[in-house]
Amino acid sequence: MQIKIKRGDEFKAYKIEKAKLLLEALLEIKHNIDYTLAFDYGCKSKVCGTCAVRVNGKETLACAHRIKDGDEVEPLRYEKHLKDLKVEQASIQKIAQTQGYLHEFCEYTMDAQDEAKNDIQSDCILCSSCFSACPVLEVNQNFAGPYALTRAYRYAVDKREANAKSIIEAVQKDGVWDCTLCGECTLVCPKGIDPKSDIMQLRNISAQHGYFDPNFSNNFGGFDPNFTF
Amino acid sequence: MIDVLVIGSGGAGLSAAINAAKEKAKVVVVSKSKLSNNHTVMAQGGINAALGNVESDSVNKHIEDTLKAAHGLASPDMVKLLCESAKGAIEFLDSCGVVFSRLKEAKEKIKSIAQRRLGGASAKRACYGKDFTGLRIFHSLLDCAIKEGINFLEDMLLLDLIVEEGKVKGAIFFDVKEGLIQELWAKTTILATGGFGGLYLNESTNIDLASGDGLVAVLQNGGAVSDLEFIQFHPTALKSSAILISESARGEGGYLVNSDGKRFVNELAPRDEVARAVYKELQEGREVFLDLRHLGKEKLLELMPQELELARLYEGVDASCELVPIKPVVHYSMGGIPVNEKMEAIGFENCFVVGEAANAKVHGANRLGGNSLLEIIAFGKIAGKNAAQKAKEIKFQNPNQSHIKKAQSELNHYFNKPIRINFYSARERLAKIFYEYVGIIRDEASLQKALIEVKKLQNQFEFMGIMDKSRKNNANVVDFYSFKNLLQLAPLVIHAALLRKESRGAHFRSDYPNEDAKFNYHILLKAREEKNADKN
Ligand SMILES: Cc1cc2nc3c(=O)[nH]c(=O)nc-3n(C[C@H](O)[C@H](O)[C@H](O)COP(=O)(O)OP(=O)(O)OC[C@H]3O[C@@H](n4cnc5c(N)ncnc54)[C@H](O)[C@@H]3O)c2cc1C
Ligand code: SF4
Ligand code: SF4
Repeated sequence: MQIKIKRGDEFKAYKIEKAKLLLEALLEIKHNIDYTLAFDYGCKSKVCGTCAVRVNGKETLACAHRIKDGDEVEPLRYEKHLKDLKVEQASIQKIAQTQGYLHEFCEYTMDAQDEAKNDIQSDCILCSSCFSACPVLEVNQNFAGPYALTRAYRYAVDKREANAKSIIEAVQKDGVWDCTLCGECTLVCPKGIDPKSDIMQLRNISAQHGYFDPNFSNNFGGFDPNFTF
Repeated sequence: MIDVLVIGSGGAGLSAAINAAKEKAKVVVVSKSKLSNNHTVMAQGGINAALGNVESDSVNKHIEDTLKAAHGLASPDMVKLLCESAKGAIEFLDSCGVVFSRLKEAKEKIKSIAQRRLGGASAKRACYGKDFTGLRIFHSLLDCAIKEGINFLEDMLLLDLIVEEGKVKGAIFFDVKEGLIQELWAKTTILATGGFGGLYLNESTNIDLASGDGLVAVLQNGGAVSDLEFIQFHPTALKSSAILISESARGEGGYLVNSDGKRFVNELAPRDEVARAVYKELQEGREVFLDLRHLGKEKLLELMPQELELARLYEGVDASCELVPIKPVVHYSMGGIPVNEKMEAIGFENCFVVGEAANAKVHGANRLGGNSLLEIIAFGKIAGKNAAQKAKEIKFQNPNQSHIKKAQSELNHYFNKPIRINFYSARERLAKIFYEYVGIIRDEASLQKALIEVKKLQNQFEFMGIMDKSRKNNANVVDFYSFKNLLQLAPLVIHAALLRKESRGAHFRSDYPNEDAKFNYHILLKAREEKNADKN
């Protein structure tokens, strides 16, 4: 079987003898054929989030992708490219931007249903697949991106959060309203997380806090209380 | 200047970093690879705290269970400290927003956290978040660390500590992205570099980079390491990939059956017993399976979605209606760098060690499931607070000289030497030697054999070097140093196993199958003694 890996500006073909999964193939190449191949990996079991790449134009985890003859493998997009398949993730900055953390812990009571509200979102492995799939990031590098907004949502709806408002405030600029709701992020998430729907929820919560879509008020002029000339 | 330099971005490192930052210390966290590339994210089953949320439990029972599993080699004081800190550790995680599974009916605060039973526990004591406990803990800690404004440096490989007159003044790194040697000076340094399961490579649940780098850094500076012979095997890893299926699968009622369809062991006995029973079945030519079928798909999806997916993806079976083939593999390093109750590295000043890298004498000869996550959080806090406190007392602590030169010339040497042997093949060879001769069951002959084989690899090391000659983003350098460290640790592990002529916890000698009170002590080794061992 042959797979192609983008190195520099072009794809280079490699013959794979044993590997079935893409990560196994990358290791086979690195250990035996070309020691200079650069890529990240760790747990080999879909939790460390370090081995995401694009195969035939679609984001996937190398440790979970079964290779097929002719597969074309490229690094993730919109992250700082380092070498071959290795990128530097912007996750720390992006989470800082959306303030996707617990702001103010409060006394609470909880049951399994309360927990279900942000259960799935808290399984995010920060693989950046959604980031690389998001068309908005192609034109606006300041956009927070899907996983950072999902994080903001996950804390904003947490019963332990006494200050959801400050999270909501942080996702207004280059945040919830910049998303086109195309759903590309949801399609590629290896953990079944749905950032698009989290963003829609965040918009609803934003509205409850008195924030409105700036594009909408621009078009229709004047009735947004936050809108001034 | 950095107040607290934390080396390692797993749970131990992050818990220490956050707690140091809360004391107003200037903190930097460094990791060898990506921040999330650690063992904390991989932890599935749970974190122990005797909250008694589901059934009656007490701190005393937790202490008793831990001491029992430790077979006389844990410090009762340290175990008490650990178990008494457990409630606070869960409250801390709760305040960081960790999403735990909760009980059906609403309860106040951490009383609402669901708990499950793990092996060797006399009650349902492990708090969990489905079977993604460690993942959720790590990410909430990361978010919390971002909130605290902590600085992170990824792809920085620790090469050595900077030590002058017994004082640790920071550390020396290989900056992978830039391809440069760098020094980070700090008032205090915390090693949270994890274990050394990488010795067994694909026969372990650990990542390939688990090479005990912290231990080697301490050894390089004349320090000691202890209890290296106690390496925990986990009974249930997937047969073809060694990927872990958590103990919670048995805790929730899963069976172990052999190819005759018979159960052969109490599934909830401590890990060492179960692992040996599984190994025996395999040795006698029978296959072993985890049987979850009777639990039903719905329950499995609710409680352990990850296990179902791992079995499907990496073993090709549907665990809700098929048997899952398993084998025992290396999982956890009980030994490490000895520390006191403040997590200070014994023999060094201004240096702390925490997590799997440390030997805080809470696991002894065998670790209980759920106690490691507890240790990294609870003792991480102690390390962080004490390091920050210490840093406040230190006005100025620059090294007397730069230590880059030595590291630089060593790196150049590995880059430029002629290479005749591929170290990746040697690494595989080392893992085979360890699984076969320093495995679940060892004896004098197998250990001596291992020593000879390791010696051969050490001789061949002369012909190994960094094969990728590029400077920037060269992972080959990281792999090479990791292998070099494993090769340095290997004889010490064997030596310790040879010295302990008895069986205790995870260390089982078929030539001395019984526990012997004579060996009621810790085996402490320094780099020098490795040479003595070589002469034998
Ligand atoms: C699959 C699996 C499941 C587990 N399940 C459980 C469970 O359910 N309950 C439980 O209690 N325990 C469990 N454990 C054990 C537990 O997860 C680990 O012992 C614990 O997370 C270790 O944390 P740590 O912070 O000490 O080290 P790690 O999480 O391993 O982190 C080590 C850090 O050190 C860094 N580092 C290492 N060397 C260097 C270097 N040279 N330079 C710079 N940085 C370096 C790494 O980059 C990494 O960031 C499990 C372990 C595994 C592997
Ligand atoms: S739905 Fe929004 S966040 Fe997701 S990919 Fe589309 S534009 Fe990006
Ligand atoms: S939301 Fe999904 S795709 Fe995006 S970073 Fe998290 S796990 Fe990856």
